[in-house]
Amino acid sequence: MTSSRATGSRLSWIGAVPFLGYVALFLLLPTSLVVVQSFADAQNRPTLANVRFLAEPYVVSAFGNSIALSAVSAVIGAVLGAVLAWVVATGHPDGTLRRIATAVCGVLAQFGGVTLAFAFIATVGTQGLLTLLLQDLGLDLAGPWLYRLPGLVLVYSYFQIPLMVLVFLPALDGVRPQWREAVETLGGSTWQYLRHVAVPLLTPAFLGALLLLFANAFAAYATAAALISQGGVIVPLQIRTALTSEVLLGRENVGKALALGMVLVVAVAMYLYARVQARGARWLR
Amino acid sequence: MTTSTTPASAGTRAGAEVRLESLRRSYGAVPALDGLDLVLHPGELVALLGPSGCGKTTALRLVAGLEDADSGRVVVGGRDVTRLPASRRDMGMVFQAYSLFPHMTSLENVAFGLRLRGQAARERHRRAGEVLELVGLSAQADRYPHQMSGGQQQRVALARALAIQPTVLLLDEPLSALDAKVRAQLRDEIRRVQLEVGITTLFVTHDQEEALAVADRVGVMNSGRLEQVGSPTDVYHRPATPFVAEFVGLSNKLPATVADGSAEVLGVRLPLVDPRAEPGAALAVVRPESVGLTPAEGDGPLVGTVVATSFLGAVSRVRVDLGPVGTVLAQLPTAEAGRFAPGARARIGLRPEPVVVVRPHE
Repeated sequence: MTSSRATGSRLSWIGAVPFLGYVALFLLLPTSLVVVQSFADAQNRPTLANVRFLAEPYVVSAFGNSIALSAVSAVIGAVLGAVLAWVVATGHPDGTLRRIATAVCGVLAQFGGVTLAFAFIATVGTQGLLTLLLQDLGLDLAGPWLYRLPGLVLVYSYFQIPLMVLVFLPALDGVRPQWREAVETLGGSTWQYLRHVAVPLLTPAFLGALLLLFANAFAAYATAAALISQGGVIVPLQIRTALTSEVLLGRENVGKALALGMVLVVAVAMYLYARVQARGARWLR
Repeated sequence: MTTSTTPASAGTRAGAEVRLESLRRSYGAVPALDGLDLVLHPGELVALLGPSGCGKTTALRLVAGLEDADSGRVVVGGRDVTRLPASRRDMGMVFQAYSLFPHMTSLENVAFGLRLRGQAARERHRRAGEVLELVGLSAQADRYPHQMSGGQQQRVALARALAIQPTVLLLDEPLSALDAKVRAQLRDEIRRVQLEVGITTLFVTHDQEEALAVADRVGVMNSGRLEQVGSPTDVYHRPATPFVAEFVGLSNKLPATVADGSAEVLGVRLPLVDPRAEPGAALAVVRPESVGLTPAEGDGPLVGTVVATSFLGAVSRVRVDLGPVGTVLAQLPTAEAGRFAPGARARIGLRPEPVVVVRPHE
């Protein structure tokens, strides 16, 4: 019996092999290459020259922009998404609102890249439909703002908000109605319930979702690339420049050093995410 | 089971009378509560017992103020609280599922109601400690709910409800999520604490054993109405309606003829719980423990074949096939039941205890 159980336990890993293989091939291997080649020159000799680029003012500025863009779009997405998720969660669990909202959010959370950029250009770009409409009404939206950081914040929020709904909804579902009723029977008000019970319980899940949104925005490339064709206002665009520039050649490993910087930032965010998620999951399971 | 001496100050205020007067509540067109009248005497524990959907939880939630009655009144200690919100009714409640706040320790959970009342930290922690001692959980004061068993969590929930010194304690199936052994232990613990504190208590359950074991009186509910309110003994031995007779305890329905204030069942004359029962053909509701068995050979109207036996510890149940009459369930001491293996022949005997009769179509 014990032997067959042990064998079963060993065999249970077989089901995870495809996933582990996928992770090894598309996460661990590229990350390892990025790390190793960040410290190598074009001839694969060890060097610190690539990582020294991380201290260049324009690279520091790009990291600052990336972090600011990610943080602002994450906060906007988290706050508005949490409110929307709360509205959905207060409805019937099998209701039409919930089914429609989760389906729509599932699509919109993945609706990024060139398509999303084009949708915004066609709507609020210099010759966009809404821009022209508002011009007729005397309001001038035209200008390059869509192709700069404020524009990116708006466009990123478009997929951050629905992502927040999807990520935060399970946490809201985990808040038991009995907790509110317990507070009521103990003599508490709605405000006291929110202050002492709901908010403290949901804070880890909210912070976790916020970090996830931060990482999501920090790693986003295609949308920004479609909107901003020149320069490297954020790190992913700096990497593009390093890899594809026809002016400055042989800077591929600088791109990898920039990627290493991104990996480190995302790793910190994901570490914090795992910590707060563990606490929140324990409370709201 | 930990037993502890009640700290004098851990008690609540003296129990209050609770009156439910013609309470009605419907969900859409479905009536959940159809004119409930019930009086809980000061310090009394009344169990509301009934199947799922009978309205017992609705009744409790109306008393708690968690739902509004369509009509009727809830009067506590002479004060009409029907229109008061739950937060101002001064009632302690223990919920069915674990409702402890998961981010607070046991002590913080118990002290929470006092915190809401603005009591100073030192004083509320002292009192929370006393109430935790009352439920035998002083040693778990610093533990979080996820670090405690289900039974411990419900004891903390009981302590939390009592810490605010409510006038009424409401228990909404507090034992239903626990395993059998813990359920029995905690059931006794709840009764001990309730008696020590002397608080008027309404206990809702679908478990008849639980209700009969802890309550001063049991109210049996069906389809939003009270079928009977009485002591556990009355409800079990003198059921007022066929529903109560069938719902509380196991029973056999045996063909009977009612005449002259008694019923003839399988050739035996038995007294009636309600001597006013109409004469004629009926079905007598007979408890398994009122059925005796003796080994038999050959045939006869009261002789049948054992078809199944169930071991329940000190007692066993034996099912005997009587042919055209159907099967009869008998409950015997396990030592006796050993003589009746499946296939054995057995003679049925009925003890002369009062029976309820129902018409065949009921």
